[in-house]
Amino acid sequence: MNSSIFIPSVTHPIGDFIRSNVPIPELAFLINAILCIIGICVVAFGAALVLVYVERKVCAHVQCRLGPMRLGFHGCIQTVADTLKLLFKEVYAPDGADKFLFYLAPMVLLTAPFLCLCMIPFDHNLQVANISVGIPLIIAVNGFGVLGILLGGWSSNNKYSLLGGLRSGAQMVSYEISLSLILLFIVMMAGSASLMDITTSQSGTILDWWIFKAPGIGIVAFIMFLISSTAEMNRAPFDIAEAEQELTGGYHTEYNGTAFAMFYLAEYINLVTTSSLATTCFLGGFLPPAIGVAAVDHALAMVPGLIWFFAKVGLMIWIYMMLRWTFVRPRVDQLMALEWKFLLPVNLLLLAAGAVFLALGWVLP
Amino acid sequence: MGTPVIKKEKPISAKEYCKRYFGRILRSWSLVQGLSVTVRYFFEPSRIVTEQYPENKKTLKMHPRYRGRVEMIEDAEGNNHCTACGICERACPNGSINVLATKNIAGKKVLGRYLYRLDSCTQCGFCVESCPFGAIRMNQDFELSRTDKAGFEMILNKKEGQG
Repeated sequence: MNSSIFIPSVTHPIGDFIRSNVPIPELAFLINAILCIIGICVVAFGAALVLVYVERKVCAHVQCRLGPMRLGFHGCIQTVADTLKLLFKEVYAPDGADKFLFYLAPMVLLTAPFLCLCMIPFDHNLQVANISVGIPLIIAVNGFGVLGILLGGWSSNNKYSLLGGLRSGAQMVSYEISLSLILLFIVMMAGSASLMDITTSQSGTILDWWIFKAPGIGIVAFIMFLISSTAEMNRAPFDIAEAEQELTGGYHTEYNGTAFAMFYLAEYINLVTTSSLATTCFLGGFLPPAIGVAAVDHALAMVPGLIWFFAKVGLMIWIYMMLRWTFVRPRVDQLMALEWKFLLPVNLLLLAAGAVFLALGWVLP
Repeated sequence: MGTPVIKKEKPISAKEYCKRYFGRILRSWSLVQGLSVTVRYFFEPSRIVTEQYPENKKTLKMHPRYRGRVEMIEDAEGNNHCTACGICERACPNGSINVLATKNIAGKKVLGRYLYRLDSCTQCGFCVESCPFGAIRMNQDFELSRTDKAGFEMILNKKEGQG
């Protein structure tokens, strides 16, 4: 058997320790894999638990309310109680539903954010897989999200679910194009599709982050990324897939208990992955926000990259939440017009402008 | 029902189309304005209007215009202004008020008992509006639930009316 699969791509103190001390390389690989799975699960489930609470609080404060206040300090263990409630509910499928696809859909939906999390570099050597085709793989894996929603909507045997699923399919397939174009823009600028290389290509001061490094067009690209990724995540203002007022919940109308919790979980892990992607591509990933003054930069570099990374992710998540609780939902035709008549041409122009900037040497290497 | 009429849009010139297209992009500036409002709200906790009700029971002050149950305006000795005219009884849309008059020593008609049924009262305030003597008002009491139905029927006046 070819043992080259067991050669690690990312060095890490714990991983190297296990590799050097466990005699059988296959066993060492297995231990490292389990450690990685645990790490990703902790990030995903922990973030989802926190984010559900944060979302309710942000929403409440935007609307001059307080949000959950009863359970724990300022309602901080409300999400735990909600999760427990959902887990102990009876799981049942509606009459006439395609049972196999009905229960498969939330699991398919959950694969995409987990696979994306594997490719995100959280720190210099804190990454599950450093793949040279990271960005194309993320674009490819995002298709699972569409599949999960379509399956859930189709198999529920409910007109609201079907409508929500189809709407969502059309929306996500359309917006994936502009999201991919923006990511391609970053790949072109960084000269690599590996997320680790994209991050390290932004080392230096704040002005070396891709949002500022490409003069002018970086900020435009960032705004385009915000719009298309919000649509890609099915979050408001582009939540026509759920559209509580018209579709009573869209593709997850018929889900309850654990299956519904999985849909909810996928939504919030998706928020984390997309924010991580934005952080990696535009905000310098785990690099500290250096300002060019040696003393300050040295102090900033003392803080672990993990903390910088999650601080930036937190900022991105806050921006997404403010967008969600500010804007109104467009109609389906308006949504499609926005993508095909505005985002796509602008993104193509952006890509061309990026190529021109690179050719003329306006983007510093 | 009938078939829905699909309104066909009139064809527009390229110039008009461009005008609309770029006008729409320019008008998206309003999104930033909306965002600035919500961000301002987010960072101003003093705007929060929610009451933490059971916890702040001691300090909670009801809004002055709130209409709780009807009560009789009485001075320190418990005297009221009611003349038992019965206008409030007639103004009440659901018969929650019964003004039972009596006669005092001088033979004049005065208020005997002012019967008020909280369970059928809708707090509309017509009785207060119609009272010519300003003898009743709606108070700020909002914890009106009882475990016993008998508590809903109450006599509002402490003393007989002076007339």
